[in-house]
Amino acid sequence: MSHELQTISIEEAQARAERADTALREAAEAAGLVDVAVGTMPSPVGELYLAVTRKGLACIAFEEQDRDGLERRFAQELSPRVVASARATDAVRRQLDEYFGGARHAFELDLDRRLMSPFVEKVLAATAAVPFGEVSSYGAVASRIRRPNAARAVGAALGTNPIPIVVPCHRIVGANGKLTGYAGGLDRKEFLLHLEGDPTLFATS
Amino acid sequence: MGTRTPPPFERFLSEHGATVMRFLVVAVGSAHADDVYQETFLSALRAYPKVRDDGRLDRWILRIASRTAIDHHRRVAKGPTPTPMPPDRAVHDPEPLDDGLRDAVAALPAKQRIAVVLRHVMDRPYDEIAEVLGSTEEAARANVSAGLKSLRERVG
Repeated sequence: MSHELQTISIEEAQARAERADTALREAAEAAGLVDVAVGTMPSPVGELYLAVTRKGLACIAFEEQDRDGLERRFAQELSPRVVASARATDAVRRQLDEYFGGARHAFELDLDRRLMSPFVEKVLAATAAVPFGEVSSYGAVASRIRRPNAARAVGAALGTNPIPIVVPCHRIVGANGKLTGYAGGLDRKEFLLHLEGDPTLFATS
Repeated sequence: MGTRTPPPFERFLSEHGATVMRFLVVAVGSAHADDVYQETFLSALRAYPKVRDDGRLDRWILRIASRTAIDHHRRVAKGPTPTPMPPDRAVHDPEPLDDGLRDAVAALPAKQRIAVVLRHVMDRPYDEIAEVLGSTEEAARANVSAGLKSLRERVG
């Protein structure tokens, strides 16, 4: 009997399941069952991976970052209901497109800061105060959070920024104006600052 | 960590989607498999934040799929036109069941049908079938053998 009940192959089942998943994701979104909507978009700094919750944008990752690892982190720290959903990430995509096209200088997005430790959140709040077309230094950020000797810790905190580009950690440079570090690579930092008109420490502050 | 958060749902879906689909194509028929598949994973998603990953999430999703399939059969049976799983030629099926066997499977009572499919398509052990059906292992064996018996009688 067992051989007579054989049905579709596992490969065919796989293909059919993947087709059904598209409708499933839409139904999940419509039913309000998506807690962490994830998606990707092309950009001049490579494909960007986005994660959006009901509170707002929680994460932007560059293409070489480990997405499985990130999603495991979302499952632990946000919710395991991590589902691909273009609709939920649309607003973020639109604003990022405008930014890269030169039409937007400030983002109007709600942010979900749950992936930031309290210290990182403080550092990034100070960072967010640096506007488009300007840069600041690690030391200046350290002073702004009333930890004037913590420039190094500020640098480390910026390196863990879960929402790069939108939270503009690329605008923080060394006291001598050198770009020093960027979690997404110095090329990207340079590109973003160039997009913003190559601001220097000395011209603005 | 004592309690474990389940994997991100997308990952869970890609791990178990094919197995669930393969099960449902026989359990409810090709024509209804996509609908019941969606219903199954929506139920799973509803419960997902409270699930603990005990390493047996494959059993968990198959249990949901089986219950959803049984509910589907009950709904179909109650409907105004009781058509048990119409043979569908439209949906691509590389190795379709022959019509006689297909109709015979469709005519089985829901629990027998699920039990037979779990045993003879999915190769699941009886203790798991019992867990899925919410019955004893003896009852699971009885469902499988009663199901096979009437299949043999019908198909000959």
